[in-house]
Amino acid sequence: MVILFAVFLLTLLVLTAVAIVRTENLFVAVMLTGIFSLLMAANFFVLDAADVALTEAAIGAGITTVLFLGALALTAEHEKSVSSGRWLSMGVVIVTTLVLIYATFDKPRLGDPQAPVHLHVAPWYLEQTPEIIGIPNVVTAVLGSFRGYDTLGEVFVVFTACIGVLFILSGRRGRHLPSNGMASSSTDQGLRHHLIPRVVGRLLIPFIVLFGFYVQFHGEYGPGGGFQAGAIVAAGIILYALLEGETQALKAVPRPALMGMIIGGAMLYGAVGIAGIALGGNFLDYSVLADNPVTGQQIGILLIELGVGIAVCGALLSIFHAFAAREPS
Amino acid sequence: MDSAIDVLSWILLALGGGFVFVGGLGALRLPNFYTRMHAASLTDSMASILILVGIMLQAGWSLAAIKLLAILAFLLLTGPTASYALANSALLSGLKPGNSADESTEN
Amino acid sequence: MELMELLGLYNYWAFAVVLMTGLYAVITKGNLIKKLLGLSIFQSAVFLLYITMDKVDGGTAPIIQEGVPDQIYSNPLPQVLILTAIVVGISTTALGLAIVVRIKESYGTIEEHEIQILDRDS
Repeated sequence: MVILFAVFLLTLLVLTAVAIVRTENLFVAVMLTGIFSLLMAANFFVLDAADVALTEAAIGAGITTVLFLGALALTAEHEKSVSSGRWLSMGVVIVTTLVLIYATFDKPRLGDPQAPVHLHVAPWYLEQTPEIIGIPNVVTAVLGSFRGYDTLGEVFVVFTACIGVLFILSGRRGRHLPSNGMASSSTDQGLRHHLIPRVVGRLLIPFIVLFGFYVQFHGEYGPGGGFQAGAIVAAGIILYALLEGETQALKAVPRPALMGMIIGGAMLYGAVGIAGIALGGNFLDYSVLADNPVTGQQIGILLIELGVGIAVCGALLSIFHAFAAREPS
Repeated sequence: MDSAIDVLSWILLALGGGFVFVGGLGALRLPNFYTRMHAASLTDSMASILILVGIMLQAGWSLAAIKLLAILAFLLLTGPTASYALANSALLSGLKPGNSADESTEN
Repeated sequence: MELMELLGLYNYWAFAVVLMTGLYAVITKGNLIKKLLGLSIFQSAVFLLYITMDKVDGGTAPIIQEGVPDQIYSNPLPQVLILTAIVVGISTTALGLAIVVRIKESYGTIEEHEIQILDRDS
């Protein structure tokens, strides 16, 4: 029965993807991408991946739509259709699709417990997590402790992308800053003429941020963790920026605070690793952080998830402000 | 007693699904923007209430029911606000209600 | 159970079609933002492939529940990989969008063939 539901969701996914490519109005394409991300999150949930579904919904349907809309406001809204070379690429794409479909007949059946992917490392993780780390959410345990290096590299990737966007989009900031505090463009004023969204938005923002903190600290007991929490808190503050205007949002969370969040988050992660060395273990070895190794692991995972959440929140907010502060040419 | 709750929740879910279908049909087939908004906002309010109450009946008295109540409260706050914001923006940017049909594309 | 096998394969076919749709958008469309949208669709299709592989029959999400002795859990390993990949995907998309905004300011257009003409002339 669930399989039928999954088939329906997958069909909708394929139709939405085709619609995104075919439409000429870029605004419609961005909205369809939001729907695509939500359908993808529903698919992930049907396939038992709760953490990934939460991340895809928060980041894909939330932040990506805002970033694309910000970029659309600064560039064009319609695409001009191209007329050359379409049949050749359509032919290549169809041939590759048929080859891929032919290759899928050799794959293990969906859900087969004897498939090779379930046989080597995964049962070890599922058995050893209660003994070595002692937290229920195995995904957070693997992300934070067993595969801690990967997550460290990823925090640095987010950091680098944020620095890259700030380099590329900060050139003309001086021209836009208002000299006497008067709002100069429509993005500065936010939605001043819309009373109801402002009231409801101001009612909701504390709950959104609170839910972000809940997701952050419950990442060990249920689906959640640093990435989702960072995206949710960033979404709450972006909502505030959309409602009240960007200068107000910069007064609420100023740029030095954003810089501090990004750098502080990444350095907190590295500091936990170096604390492991300083206390006699290896880099990112959490067992030495407390007397009981299991408690040490839990403290380590809590601290690095906090670092990840702060870094992701600061990075997403900085990227949003970089797009929102840019004057359209 | 259990089967009565089951039947009631099935009825509510089916009604909610029917309202979603009607809302979607209206959003596609009605002639101009404001009438389509009117149809689309149906899914925000009526259908979400019916579907979520139907699922709450299935969950019984548990933590899941309270979480579903919270989700219902947030949906009821944000859905009609979004519909209002969309219609208000359209009005402020000059789209006049009352034309019988306009040139909206089927993108 | 031939029908169940076919339904199980449907996931992989959907992955193949969405992957190729994204690739078609990247190689055919001239608008830079449409190319970026196609790239993000391509990435999402790869996530679908990995998460499809982690499902186990009768399993549930890999959160260990106390007091239930013989619970089968789905594989946590692809989920960890894809969690990282989603965040990296949005970082690269943000960087790509920033470059597109600068291209628009320098060239005045974001259509690929017009940019090539402007490059050839200058």
